[in-house]
Amino acid sequence: MPSLDDLKKRIKSVKSTQKITKAMKMVAAAKLRKAQENAEKGRPYSQKMQNIILNLTKSINDPSNAPKLLIGTGKDDIYLCVVLTADRGLCGGFNSNICKLAKSKFKKILSERKELKIITVGSKGFDQIKRDFGNHVIKKFSFKEKKNISFKEAEIIGNEIIRLFNQNKFDKCILFYNNFKNVITQIPQAQQIIPAENKSQDSKEANILSYEFEPEEDEILEDLLPKNISTQVFKAFLENAASEQGSRMTAMDNATRNAGDLVDKLTINYNRSRQASITKELIEIISGAESL
Amino acid sequence: MSETFTVEIISPDRSIIKTDTKEVVIPSYEGEMGILKDHIPLITFLRPGFIKIKNENEKVFFVEDGTVEFSNNNLLVLTSTAIEFSKIDKNSLQDLIIEAEKKLNKNDTTDKEKYLLSYKIETLKNISQ
Repeated sequence: MPSLDDLKKRIKSVKSTQKITKAMKMVAAAKLRKAQENAEKGRPYSQKMQNIILNLTKSINDPSNAPKLLIGTGKDDIYLCVVLTADRGLCGGFNSNICKLAKSKFKKILSERKELKIITVGSKGFDQIKRDFGNHVIKKFSFKEKKNISFKEAEIIGNEIIRLFNQNKFDKCILFYNNFKNVITQIPQAQQIIPAENKSQDSKEANILSYEFEPEEDEILEDLLPKNISTQVFKAFLENAASEQGSRMTAMDNATRNAGDLVDKLTINYNRSRQASITKELIEIISGAESL
Repeated sequence: MSETFTVEIISPDRSIIKTDTKEVVIPSYEGEMGILKDHIPLITFLRPGFIKIKNENEKVFFVEDGTVEFSNNNLLVLTSTAIEFSKIDKNSLQDLIIEAEKKLNKNDTTDKEKYLLSYKIETLKNISQ
């Protein structure tokens, strides 16, 4: 049985923890609104960009001459996996969900005896991945000191991916990030960016438009494809940022509530043992008086 | 039948404008280009210049680069640098011009970059007048 003093101390410490989690929840909620707005505003751009690329892909007559970035190298021996995570913890399952998905994919790639290369963005992801796949990590990025992630950071990573591709360092590139659905649901996703995945191939096949190009088709593709990669990375960044705040908000909300429950329980304990000790003292006094 | 089509300018962080219009003039890579309804499908690049959306009151945007797609009477402009003409900060223009000119005179700039830069300077000078 803990003493009254101990209980008092515990209640106090739980209460101050609750204060912290409550504050973190508020901060996350405020940040979430902005991040969510950014993510939703950024969606059309990346979507339309993807659409243009898809339309371009369809109108290519001679696939053998098409740029490698679009159709891939034709092999799938070396995989480059880019794992985007947060730089901070205390956000529920956010980081581990991405890493779980990524790790299962890594295992699959390795079991197929393919070569695996990993780039991590965000320090939390690196910490989780290095334990099992540390020797596959070829580069790690962290934008911890940056307050707002802008297109520039996405471009740094996009350019790194393209540079590696041009040196024939990999055949396929997969991006891992959390897709922001709503505040409580974030879906970890694996998106293949090189070669560009052609999801809506069947549905739109009917209305192939023959485009007029200015300047030439290959010139446009040459310029557009690297841009598209950066755009996709940027989209992943925005989705991730919103997901992180949403995830943190839910996690901290839960923590605050749990702390409240714990305080209630401890208070009941405290009152019971206080009463018990009073009763004990009374009994002692009465039986002392009786024996006289 | 109305003579209008939809034009939409989108930057990576937000959608700048979406409106119906009769005519749009864009500074395409190889020259200015006017687009009316039922233009054939088109994909092109932009060089620095002005996008003019012609309605009852004309709207002008300054762009540095971007991609344009026109299909099914939908004009889509993807650009990271669109600024509405009336909101341009005229004081910073001079610095931008000087910076661009410096770049133009460097030896390691390619012909393509020079081509784009010269248009940038020209448009910037146009604004500052």
